[in-house]
Amino acid sequence: MNAYDEERLAELLRALPPAPQAWVTAAQEIPPIRGRLDELVARAEADARYREQLIADLERALEAAGVEPSPIVLDALRERLAGE
Amino acid sequence: MRFYGLMSSPLPTDAELVARCRAGDQDAWRELVERFSRYVYAIAVQVYRLSEPDAEDVFQEVFTRVYERLGQLRDDGAVRPWIAQLTRRCCVDRLRQGVRVELIEELEAGEADDSLDQLEEAWGVREALGELSGPCQEVLDRFFTRDESYRTIGAALEIPAGTIASRISRCLAQLRDRYEGRIQERAPSGGRIR
Repeated sequence: MNAYDEERLAELLRALPPAPQAWVTAAQEIPPIRGRLDELVARAEADARYREQLIADLERALEAAGVEPSPIVLDALRERLAGE
Repeated sequence: MRFYGLMSSPLPTDAELVARCRAGDQDAWRELVERFSRYVYAIAVQVYRLSEPDAEDVFQEVFTRVYERLGQLRDDGAVRPWIAQLTRRCCVDRLRQGVRVELIEELEAGEADDSLDQLEEAWGVREALGELSGPCQEVLDRFFTRDESYRTIGAALEIPAGTIASRISRCLAQLRDRYEGRIQERAPSGGRIR
């Protein structure tokens, strides 16, 4: 029998299924802007007024920091603010 | 999803991709994540049997570390074993946090090595898949890794569903030839990921 018959190849193909797309997108988007998110959160921790403004309009705060406010980035920032 | 055969130019090597990432090329970073996402996912879920929430945390942690530590990589061409090592460490840390001691013992007794060897082989097959025509890559990927039905594949690719089985068989034969050819051409690749 051939070592790589159809059954074996199928098994090996199935061994690498795609990761959930949302995970992939987050991994593509978050690491490059992580530093800027850290800065925003740190500033919010130190300045209650800024924190209020940030929470009131996350998109504007991100844009002001030079970060595209995609849904994944917004979620990541919300999570960080919630977990401060 | 990107298929090699559908590309107008050849995909960059791992080393080229790493060099571009290090130079701040965001498109390269996206490509790197896309390229290794299945691999990291498979190690977390299949080898270390993490729950989906734990696997997601590990997945994000691994790529964050990769991004932050690319400058420490000594051999750009060895990025995949390096990513595998980072993933293993993150998975073990996660298991320890969850006090899944029995599972850690099982994995340390050799189960992880067997699973990782299987993933190495699967990676080789996937690379061979990338050398097939775009339609072959697509039909095999949709059927075997995305679990799509003949009907779904037929609708997506605008081909009669009744021809899918024969296409799969033909493409698998091409894949086997390509993969076995690769094995004969080169020494076993890069070694084990541990």
